[in-house]
Amino acid sequence: MSEPPREPKGRGPAWTEERGTSDEGRRGLESGPAASGASRASEALLEVRDLTVHHGQLRALDHISLRVFPGEVYAIIGANGAGKSTLLRTIAGLHQPTEGAILYDGKDMTKVRPERRATRGIAMVPEGRRLFGSLTVEENLLVGATYARKGPWTIERVYELFSWMKDRRTQRTAQLSGGEQQSVAIGRALVANPRVLLLDELSLGLAPVIVQRIYAMLPQILASGLTVLLVEQDVSQALRVASHLQCLLEGHTTLEGRPSDVTPAQVEAAYFGLAPAEHGGAASPSPGGYGGAGSPLVSRGGLGGIVPPEIAEELLWHGSTTSSRGS
Amino acid sequence: MAWVNDIIQGILTGGLYALFACGLSLMFGVMKVVNLAHGDLAVIGGYIAVGVITVTHIPVLWSVVIVVPLMALLGYVLQRTVIQASLDRSILTTLLVTFGLSVVIENGLLQFVNADSHSLGVGNAIITSSFSIGSQITIAYLLLLIFVVAVVVLLGLQYFLSVSKYGRLIRAVADDKEAAQLSGVDYRHVFGIAAAIAFGTVALAGIAYGMYSQFSPTTGTDTILLFAFAAVVIGGLGSLWGTLLGGVVLGVAQEIGAQINASDQLLAGYIVFLAVLAFRPQGLTTRRAQS
Repeated sequence: MSEPPREPKGRGPAWTEERGTSDEGRRGLESGPAASGASRASEALLEVRDLTVHHGQLRALDHISLRVFPGEVYAIIGANGAGKSTLLRTIAGLHQPTEGAILYDGKDMTKVRPERRATRGIAMVPEGRRLFGSLTVEENLLVGATYARKGPWTIERVYELFSWMKDRRTQRTAQLSGGEQQSVAIGRALVANPRVLLLDELSLGLAPVIVQRIYAMLPQILASGLTVLLVEQDVSQALRVASHLQCLLEGHTTLEGRPSDVTPAQVEAAYFGLAPAEHGGAASPSPGGYGGAGSPLVSRGGLGGIVPPEIAEELLWHGSTTSSRGS
Repeated sequence: MAWVNDIIQGILTGGLYALFACGLSLMFGVMKVVNLAHGDLAVIGGYIAVGVITVTHIPVLWSVVIVVPLMALLGYVLQRTVIQASLDRSILTTLLVTFGLSVVIENGLLQFVNADSHSLGVGNAIITSSFSIGSQITIAYLLLLIFVVAVVVLLGLQYFLSVSKYGRLIRAVADDKEAAQLSGVDYRHVFGIAAAIAFGTVALAGIAYGMYSQFSPTTGTDTILLFAFAAVVIGGLGSLWGTLLGGVVLGVAQEIGAQINASDQLLAGYIVFLAVLAFRPQGLTTRRAQS
């Protein structure tokens, strides 16, 4: 029941290799955590096992697994409709999966209501900010703090993090700019003192300079002991901050690994569902991988639109997908 | 001078209408429930008061202390069970369910009480006495009291919504209940609190109506619900002060209509109601709706 209806011919080892990702995840759990990096040595704080989610007839997520370890910045990338937001919303409890489980701190959360997940330490900054528009900045933060856990984050501390906010705390959030709204949404999630912070498309609808400014706050947020699971369409931004990377395409995992272990070609192939060899010299792997800044991906952002979906899909099944985790 | 008297009477009656309407407005503003049983709930409040007074022999005004909390509790329970269950299906289902509730209440009252009219506090001094200003203007103490109560209730509600923790949560949930969930807020509980407040105010209105006039099992939909709707629509949905203004405009229109011709009282009210719907469908208050 897990296989997609389209069974491409000659997919060969690439397919089995990709499926191996989730299998490995499960095996890893039984035999103890797979230590593929220093930060991944401890128990997973958040684990998603074989998650399948349907929107009506559409299978938005197809047996997705992931494990997020404490202190990590786990980035999920993928094009529009890849299922990224669905994954995050399901973890937050806003969608019920048809199959699979969500574990947090070793406990099964699959049937727990979203507000209970929030009070236990899973906070989410939803796509499109979703502030309470008729409430002031401060009231938005107060709502976030109403059922907060004990921890370092207070409204005062959020005002310190975003220095403009205190002076404008009596303004209705509907009057703020997009970047300011995003900051309030982050603040509203932080004052709940979560252990895991889910960030859904922080960059959506914001100017690049604003996006960079918001992402620049991430180290301070992480310093307070938070773990971050983020979804991002802006791949270069995600790669800059992530300690672990997972790429989704049409509800499947197409790539997983540490940013330093994957090549731009692999990321592109996974993101668009293309085989690296199929689109010319563009995909020559850069030796260092993505360590830091400028990614060539941004300039080719339109590629997914050029390739017809059927062809892209065919290419994906024929192409090699890589699972560098645990290998 | 007769006109001045009409306008004053209309304004005071508007207080009663606003008291009826604020619960309707609150439930629509917060959970998008159009409660078609709202008028019948006021009647139930009246009947409970009749029962409480018969059993305990307390003065009519003191019955408020028992009836309002009782109705608030009923509001919370109904919201958490029947109304929430219909909300989970769709907004339209809530229309059907509250309409059904209205039918059940009316027929239940006809079955288990009787079709007679009741009123509250007959013979009580405050209900019958009045004072005069000049020769033409006579103001009943009761109507003035109801108006003051309505203003106090609206002020209190406004204050509660703007500064208290639960008031803030009610506004947040009205804005975006899913986002509220992500902040750990159980919106069903908050809905229950909003319904409790709405039911409490409608119980108060039911008692006030029982003292001002008389009620029978069908008064709820015949009179109260329509007046409450008219007040909410004239004033503007979801705005509390708009509700008071709507009640006052409706009351004044009715009194002026009655002055022209005794049979035009209701007609005049509904003409204003339709005129507002036609020319200013967002209501008289320009303030953005709370919803």
